Amino acid sequence: MKRSPLTLQRQLFGSLANSAFTLALFALLVWAGWGVLSWAFGSAQWLVLRANAATLTIGRYPDAQEWRLWLLLGMLTSLAGVSWGRLRGLNNWPLNDRIAALLFVISAVLLPWLLAFGAINQLRLIFLVLLLLLLRQWSGGAWSKAFGKWWALVWGITYVFGLWLIAGGLGLPAVRPSDWGGLVFTLLITSLTLLLALPFGVLLALGRRSGLLLVRWVCVAVIELIRGAPLITLLFVGQNLVGFLSPNGFAPDRVWRATGVLTVFAAAYLAEAVRGGLNSIPMGQQEAARSLGLSSVQTMGLVVLPQALKVALPALGGQCISLLQDTTLLSIVGLFDLLGIARSVLANPDWLGRYAEVYLFLAVLYWCSCAALALGSRALEKRLATNYS
Amino acid sequence: MIKILATPLIQVPWWRNNRKVGWLLQAAFGLFLLIAIALLLANLERNLARAGMRLTLGWMSQPAGFDIAETLLPYKASDSYGRALLAGLINTLRVVISGLILATGLGVVVGAASFSANPLLRGITRIYVELVRNIPLLLQLVFWYFAVFLSLPPADQALHLPGLQLAKSGIYLFGARLINGELEGGLRLSLELAALLTGLVIYSAAFIAEVVRGGIASVPKGQWEAAESLGLQPIQILRLVVLPQALRVIVPGLNSQYISLAKNSSLAVAIGYPDLYAVAETTLNQTGRGIEVFLLLLLIYLVLNLLISAAMNAVNRLVRLQER
Repeated sequence: MKRSPLTLQRQLFGSLANSAFTLALFALLVWAGWGVLSWAFGSAQWLVLRANAATLTIGRYPDAQEWRLWLLLGMLTSLAGVSWGRLRGLNNWPLNDRIAALLFVISAVLLPWLLAFGAINQLRLIFLVLLLLLLRQWSGGAWSKAFGKWWALVWGITYVFGLWLIAGGLGLPAVRPSDWGGLVFTLLITSLTLLLALPFGVLLALGRRSGLLLVRWVCVAVIELIRGAPLITLLFVGQNLVGFLSPNGFAPDRVWRATGVLTVFAAAYLAEAVRGGLNSIPMGQQEAARSLGLSSVQTMGLVVLPQALKVALPALGGQCISLLQDTTLLSIVGLFDLLGIARSVLANPDWLGRYAEVYLFLAVLYWCSCAALALGSRALEKRLATNYS
Repeated sequence: MIKILATPLIQVPWWRNNRKVGWLLQAAFGLFLLIAIALLLANLERNLARAGMRLTLGWMSQPAGFDIAETLLPYKASDSYGRALLAGLINTLRVVISGLILATGLGVVVGAASFSANPLLRGITRIYVELVRNIPLLLQLVFWYFAVFLSLPPADQALHLPGLQLAKSGIYLFGARLINGELEGGLRLSLELAALLTGLVIYSAAFIAEVVRGGIASVPKGQWEAAESLGLQPIQILRLVVLPQALRVIVPGLNSQYISLAKNSSLAVAIGYPDLYAVAETTLNQTGRGIEVFLLLLLIYLVLNLLISAAMNAVNRLVRLQER
């Protein structure tokens, strides 16, 4: 509710009761802030993070193969730099990206220093940030126009290449999924699940609105059953029951089973978000497209879905954030995502009782990632918003 | 005279006939589905036969042989698996019901406080909601349990809050007293239960606060101003004028938050509170009855969700605008 304009002083100290309340709140805040600060700079022992920084980042990935991750990071950084520069060149790019650039510098220079990464790794990270910023600066120009047409393809190829780099095989020494872990694992599983779940979600949403009775019923049943069960029970199916349902009890690696379950789970929720978008598109759009002679597939793909997905964007963004948070549940079924690897570090007698330090660090990491996703989703909404008036 | 033709001028071939194509597609889809299900069932049959098992619920009456750390339902290790699962279910219900009540209370207070005239209070509610919603619940739970509750002092140095004593041996409500170095009397909550409730309530309340905030924001400004000009105090305005109208928007939103809370209670397994899922997992490990245990879990959680939905729909009918 918009209140009548009052000065800040009146709002805080308007009456005696309000003044007392404000002071009490302020005292509470100061007390809490003081408590946290005196803990952080007093009794907290941050050594546990410094000593395990590498483990938290890449898990038990073999040292000799680490260069593959660096190569991947380098490729992603260069691509991100070029894309960023391109996006910035667009006239309605809504982000104030000076702040983003500053955050990048801080997180890539300050954080590794605080975590006592090796000197070479720190230098590499600084080099990568410089590369990112330089590419961002240079890529506004004409030569990157060509890239602009192809960037979905370039990102796609890079992603597949990255999967190969991480997993190995086909000439590279293979690294088993059970050796992936930490931040890399969380990012990999989250992105893979999202990429796989989005098409499934759209199909489920379309199926739920289909005129074909059988298709509709099956889609409703799948969506509602999955949304009715806690994720942990579904992961339980993936870990314990797949062997019962496959020929000769064959079951893929636990990581792939968990990814499959997460994909189906995310698809059911994404489907509901997409359905909300589909419901918001007036029938007239469909009728107009059909009367122009478009087939039903063309109508859906060229007219209805693009509009529906745009409407569904806030909900889809919210689901992406939920999914990133839900990957922590993999730690319960014994996989080494960021939380899982943190728990295994804390199980080491050397680091007994250092829960608060590690968990707070993870909380900051997750908070920043989720906040960044939320910002990105909002920026995309703004950029895609159409003004019909 | 115009003669009405009995047959269409152009014969539409069957593959352009929407209705026929629809039926064909459904038939193909149905067939595909049937084959897939048949294959899965055949695999299941063969795998079970090889393991020498049959799908039954007979194992539920066998003695469980494991202890459950805390139960409301009297239970001992020699009781049956069925009773163990029931004890787990009651533990889940205990968390869900008390969680619902506490989270609603906190959520409504925070949601209402976000409309306070005091900018400091508004800022605090904003920070609370943004902070809690962007950190995974599981991380919050393990933080509360391992970093906060497990580091409580022993009973003789318990932390005293009004009506509440916090010690390593548990959380004591309603005036426990120190007898021979141990806290006795009052209502004792285990650390696991306390951590689970704290984490769940703080997390869910942030979402409920957003629902409440949306509901209050949907009440037109004129209602506030009219109530203010009648001389009502801010709390009265909220209680008598705004909240009753906001409830119509709030209740449907609460429904989905309550269902989330019920499902999220299954994260108890990560901090060792013996809820339904935790007991089911132990049962599976001992009996190998994966399919039955999973179907049971699925059924119970679905029924729990439906019960919550039914209750909230009843509430919704009560608060709905009565139009003639």
